[in-house]
Amino acid sequence: MDWSVVLPYILSGISVGGQYALIAIGYTMVYGILRLINFAHGDVFMVAGLMMIYFSASMPMYYSIPLMIIFTVLLGYAIERAAYKPLRTAPRMSIMISAIGVSYLLENLALYVTGGLNQNYPGIPWISDSITIGGAVTKRVTIITPILTIVLVVALILLIKHTKFGMAMRAVSRDFDTAQLMGIDIDKVISVTFIIGSFLAAIGSLLYFTNYTGVVPTSGAMPGLKAFVAAVFGGIGSIPGAVVGAFIIGICENLIKGLDSVLMVNGIISQQFGFATFSDAFTFVLLIVILIFKPTGLFGEKQTDKV
Amino acid sequence: MLKINNLSVNYGGIKAVRDISFEVPDGEIVTLIGANGAGKSTTLRAIAGLVKTAGGEILWNDRNIRGEKVQDIVSKGITLVPEGRRVFPNLSVLENLKVGAYLRKDDLTEDLSMVYDLFPRLKERSWQLSGTLSGGEQQMLAVGRALMSRPKLMMMDEPSLGLAPLVVKDIFSIIREINKQGVTILLVEQNANMALHTANIGYVLETGRVTLKGSGQELLDNEAVRKAYLGETRQ
Repeated sequence: MDWSVVLPYILSGISVGGQYALIAIGYTMVYGILRLINFAHGDVFMVAGLMMIYFSASMPMYYSIPLMIIFTVLLGYAIERAAYKPLRTAPRMSIMISAIGVSYLLENLALYVTGGLNQNYPGIPWISDSITIGGAVTKRVTIITPILTIVLVVALILLIKHTKFGMAMRAVSRDFDTAQLMGIDIDKVISVTFIIGSFLAAIGSLLYFTNYTGVVPTSGAMPGLKAFVAAVFGGIGSIPGAVVGAFIIGICENLIKGLDSVLMVNGIISQQFGFATFSDAFTFVLLIVILIFKPTGLFGEKQTDKV
Repeated sequence: MLKINNLSVNYGGIKAVRDISFEVPDGEIVTLIGANGAGKSTTLRAIAGLVKTAGGEILWNDRNIRGEKVQDIVSKGITLVPEGRRVFPNLSVLENLKVGAYLRKDDLTEDLSMVYDLFPRLKERSWQLSGTLSGGEQQMLAVGRALMSRPKLMMMDEPSLGLAPLVVKDIFSIIREINKQGVTILLVEQNANMALHTANIGYVLETGRVTLKGSGQELLDNEAVRKAYLGETRQ
């Protein structure tokens, strides 16, 4: 077995997995607090990509990156205030429909602004540079992504487990009424949840789009869906679950992409089978299998509904 | 002192509480008794700010607090121990107590040891997730958690619900103990016998209205109350 053929696929799998993880946390945290699948999250990710393109066109990177992050966070916050907060006491289905509405709104605004044309993503200095690891040539972002993801996730878990505000978040995630009786401002907790989710999506978009040539209005849909599957796979509501799920999906997807060449180099098959075509299908087959056999996911709470 | 004037609450067209008025003088134990659906819990939740009210006044030290946010009401020293305990099962016992003091910025050591003195069982289980506690222990935790906010008025919604008779006795003796330390108590109970024996003042609620008022003993001796809430066999 020649590992040097497999290595590049594993590396990019870990990298893509980290990017999915950063998006998946936004899904899982919002679900944990509001029991809402925030369908607009993937589109916030796409808008972050577009903002980076427009900002970097008119100003240097050390302004455009922080500015992109700030505006993405503001966008996430504004969506919650405008589209979800007024529906706090409405049936859950209403908020979900509102989320779908926001998703289409963002996609169509992006279509309007870009004219539907592919916008070229700028090369980010240093992280877009090529490096060589174990004979495999890749971009530096491949190595930075998993490290940055782990650092951010650890920081987030520390915040949730060991700070007073994190304690309030955990309380709100279980019981709105009783959390209020403790004096917790649940609107504030919910806003912060969206701010954290959008912040991580902004970082994720920076790392993700570096590997692609450009951003179109539907660029957020696929990574958003995959991150959502990762969150379900890990057990929606669980942050470590979303991260583990995202890495597993990222790695499996890329291994499938490389399956043809790996098998050919090792002489197991003599012609291309086109396995790469099935890399996206794998993710969704996984979703179906989880929903049938373990709907609570890897680390999900046994009982998701409030009593 | 808490004074309720003509308070009304509607639940989607149904008048859950109609024009009720009562008083909770400082330092007393006051109880609201009544059958299921009489509006007792709704009254407490309205005072705490959890449900929208349709009319009337909720006077706390002569200031109307009706319509204020829950956290503002909590910060005035009014706390509610909700029906069914509602401890946070995903938080440890200690965290539940700390979250009870969420609005406070000062040192909690003294209050924690006070609660642990009152409920030694909680100290033993301090690091345990509170979802793993027994019903009685959860009720103690819910009371302890409410005490952590240093309340002036503690409202309790059905503290005896679903607990073994011996545990119920414990809970009520603790209620008296807390009251002796200067906390005013407003108690809602279906266990009218226990509640009236504990309380100084009692009100009887029927379908959203106050129908009787008296000292605990007076209501215990009242023929109608005995028939309706205490069971005639007790005579």
